[in-house]
Amino acid sequence: MADILSDTLQAFQLILSGDPTIYGIVSRSLFFSGTAIILAILWGTPLSMFIAMKEFRGKTIIKTFFNTLIGLPTVVLGLILFLSFSRGGPLGFLGLLYTPGAIMIGQAILVTPILVSIGVSAIESVDPEIMNLAQTLGASESQAQIAVLKEAINGIILSDLASFNRAIGELGVVLMVGGNIEGGGIQTAVMTTSIARDVQISEFGLAIALGILLVLILFAINMIVVVARKGYYIVELAKPPFARFKRRRENKQ
Amino acid sequence: MIVAELTDVTKAYGAKVVLDAVNLQIHEGEILALLGPNGSGKTTILKILAFIENPTGGEVTFQGEKVHFKNTEKVRLQSTLVFQKTTVFGTSVYNNIAYGLKLRKVPKETRNREVKKALELVKLEGFEKRNARKLSGGEQQRVAIARALVLKTRLLLLDEPTANLDPKNAGILEEVIDTVNRQNKITIVMATHNMFQARKLPHRIALMDEGKITEVGTPAEVFGKLSKNLASFAAVDNTFTGTAKATASGTSKVDVGNGVQIEVAAQKQGATAIFINPQDIILSKTAVKSSARNVFGGKITEITDLDSLVKLKVNVGKPFVVQITKQSFNDLGLCLNAEVFITFKASSVQVL
Repeated sequence: MADILSDTLQAFQLILSGDPTIYGIVSRSLFFSGTAIILAILWGTPLSMFIAMKEFRGKTIIKTFFNTLIGLPTVVLGLILFLSFSRGGPLGFLGLLYTPGAIMIGQAILVTPILVSIGVSAIESVDPEIMNLAQTLGASESQAQIAVLKEAINGIILSDLASFNRAIGELGVVLMVGGNIEGGGIQTAVMTTSIARDVQISEFGLAIALGILLVLILFAINMIVVVARKGYYIVELAKPPFARFKRRRENKQ
Repeated sequence: MIVAELTDVTKAYGAKVVLDAVNLQIHEGEILALLGPNGSGKTTILKILAFIENPTGGEVTFQGEKVHFKNTEKVRLQSTLVFQKTTVFGTSVYNNIAYGLKLRKVPKETRNREVKKALELVKLEGFEKRNARKLSGGEQQRVAIARALVLKTRLLLLDEPTANLDPKNAGILEEVIDTVNRQNKITIVMATHNMFQARKLPHRIALMDEGKITEVGTPAEVFGKLSKNLASFAAVDNTFTGTAKATASGTSKVDVGNGVQIEVAAQKQGATAIFINPQDIILSKTAVKSSARNVFGGKITEITDLDSLVKLKVNVGKPFVVQITKQSFNDLGLCLNAEVFITFKASSVQVL
């Protein structure tokens, strides 16, 4: 019990002292997962739009396939990626194994099913008349699709957020293709892999510090998104009374 | 001048033919009403004229040029459709109305001015910042009309523009339709179920039945040939056809079928079409003793919630549409399948 207390105390000391090792790992985690999400959004959003808005044979199978992939054990995906990136593998010539590139691509692939599944259902829940409506107002097909996407924006943000949460908290893929390398040269250690290693070598203070920071970061990012969206509503809602007030003043004059 | 023309236009979904060799000319500056039962192809014609639906066969010309349906982006800027079911973007009223102007790259200042003017026209001044989804159904439909009007397209297409509106909102919209047609010379094609609208607003009426246009002419011409196009007229609320017999008391009784005989304050004989305004019908839970000559008992088969009103369909052997206030609806404690009576005066029955 005393050990846990002293480890926790040490964790807070590490966090508050701005320990460069810890914050190096944290910033690397944020950078890798952030880049992975951007990558996943770049290919996942058009894919979601295509699946949700086009009618084609095998649409249900594709949707079920992505839903199934959400449950794919990360070590299985890690293994597939490891074999692909390893020297003898089909993508071995890229020399990506145990580099940040492998982590970012791995995380992006890992979160794509989440992004696509939630994204597709968000877009499909938009009133189908929106597409026609935009077109009757003069929109081209792509402009009308953007109008639909805007209507689904809440669900899209949710899918991006869920994907980021999954990516930054990911261990299996990152460990297998990144290797948790620290020190000089290429560094691939992120929060989750460092926690796993610290526990193995009984560095509980460091592990607890990283654990606390991981939860805090997730909470902060989710909070920022919620507040940003709420803020938008607050601004939107605040406008009418002010506008009414202004009109009343104008009328008096 | 002819704004648009359909020549032998056919539309089929698989084996189902929705439009069958339709020929129709739309003259510049006119209001043309499409009148016909549900599924007669009115909406499909409007969608083809809005260039969001491709015909399966035939030819469409717009402003003298043949429309190639593979590339309709340009012509679509000149024609706009307001749907029966109101759809608004989940954003402010301003963004809704400005959407089409933004697509046309209209500068912001002009955009603001035009949005303001359009809102004044539909009597929604100062609604710019309101969330469009939080407006009442009638207000949303007015936003939809303003959103179409602001584009000043050559062709304005309206699909049952007042079908789900209370009389106040419907009245505002009818006024707007009339104003933009007269003042801005906008050509309008509208599908309608409303007998008052069909008689009052359009310059010409095209009667439709089973994907075909059966008659085109001025309201006087078309209503003059009632018996020939009974099916199309039967689609209009509270419009019935039957055989009239004069009574000794100076009125007539029209047998509209299923044992329903409606007394009319006019001497009529033979085939007759009649119309009763839904607002002229009194609804009660028991038979009311009054001077009104027409009392029928039946069941409520459909309830539609309008803004401040409730539209009910009462089957008394023939379906009648009745409009009552929400307050009366609640006070009477009405529900589906409730037994009710409808009462109206012989003089409320209009002979067409």
